[in-house]
Amino acid sequence: MTLDAVLLIASGIPLTLAVTAGAFALGAVLGIPLCALRVSRSSTLHLAAVAIIMLLRSIPPIVWLFLLYFGIGSGFLRVGPVEASVAALGLITAANMAEIYRGALRGVHSGQWEASTALGMKPWARFRDVLAPQICRMALPSSVTFFIGLLKDSAIASTIGVGEIAFQANYISRRTFEGLEVFAVAGLVYILISLPIAAMSRQLDSRLRERVAQ
Amino acid sequence: MIDLLDFWRDSVPQLLDGLEVTLRITGVALALGIPLGLALALGVQSPTSSIRYPSLAIVEIGRGAPALILLQFAYFGLPSAGLSLSSFAAASMALAWTTGAYTSEIIRAGLQAVPRGQREAAVAVGMTHIDGLRFVIVPQAMRIAAPALLGFAVLMLQASSLCFAIALPELLSQAYIIGTNTFRYMPILCLAGALYAAICIPASLAVASIERELSRHTA
Repeated sequence: MTLDAVLLIASGIPLTLAVTAGAFALGAVLGIPLCALRVSRSSTLHLAAVAIIMLLRSIPPIVWLFLLYFGIGSGFLRVGPVEASVAALGLITAANMAEIYRGALRGVHSGQWEASTALGMKPWARFRDVLAPQICRMALPSSVTFFIGLLKDSAIASTIGVGEIAFQANYISRRTFEGLEVFAVAGLVYILISLPIAAMSRQLDSRLRERVAQ
Repeated sequence: MIDLLDFWRDSVPQLLDGLEVTLRITGVALALGIPLGLALALGVQSPTSSIRYPSLAIVEIGRGAPALILLQFAYFGLPSAGLSLSSFAAASMALAWTTGAYTSEIIRAGLQAVPRGQREAAVAVGMTHIDGLRFVIVPQAMRIAAPALLGFAVLMLQASSLCFAIALPELLSQAYIIGTNTFRYMPILCLAGALYAAICIPASLAVASIERELSRHTA
């Protein structure tokens, strides 16, 4: 396998990161209202959120991708492959982030709620200054684990022609018939990208842990 | 509306053929992958480094590389090393690898959850190391790991849709073929999605209730 081939695979890294980061950002934002519905006291809203989360998580990512790209894209609306990938993975991320936020919300000690109410804080200030920072810290480890999973899931974007790592590997292997090395290198690239992310997360987590009393 | 229902009725047999392949490949991946996972879980704990390091490498690659890449490695890559596999054999191999890597972590957690005293008692009654594992430790570990393994099985069913990329005629491939022939992607993909949901939603609910049931009687 030539150096050119390795470089061509590496040239897919920016798009892999872009799709992953885009989908994660979309999901991290959409996950907030979904989590709010999920913990709502109204049983209708609660059940609606449970149903949405379950549906999003029970259909495979690649099926969501095809639904958005071929399903919607074939008649209703022009959808580009990158947009479709970000939207499809973003939807699944929203469901998973909603569950992660919910877990973090449960981890915030109830005394924090009571104390901030007793201090007479307004609901928004209570959320922004007391709850949100703690939720973010608690959600960090599982969010990063999910992010690394998402990075690997983003390989499905290659099936609709997004030029990311898996797509480039596929392209080279079809041209040179050296699939063995090509896919081994591509797999290695994914592993090499996820290692520093995991390391950064561990470091950030321990630094955040130092700053708060447990 | 009638037209749509007719379309669905006509495509159901082909989708069900696909679903059968989906279930078969999932079953094979789990049947090969879970024993592999047990072997890897014991392997990474082995004091012998010639067993421990290869086991660690298999686990880390299986978890670190996307399943799609492993599938393509087995299907498009192995032929260049002189080993041509059918798409079903390649898919079984790649998904068994993924399953083995992920379940080894689940089973390892199960092994660690077995109380130390059990191991000591096995030694104390004069069992060999292998007998202690076989009759005392592993059965208990697998019981602890069972709910998480079932949860993983549901994920594996979903992951089998990736076999689309290596032309295995499973559920998504069949839906895609119908879509290409009729240009009616939306209704056929919705039906395929509904079939996945119809299996995965009840399955995840069942797994959650088994989990609750089992955790009720533990301290």
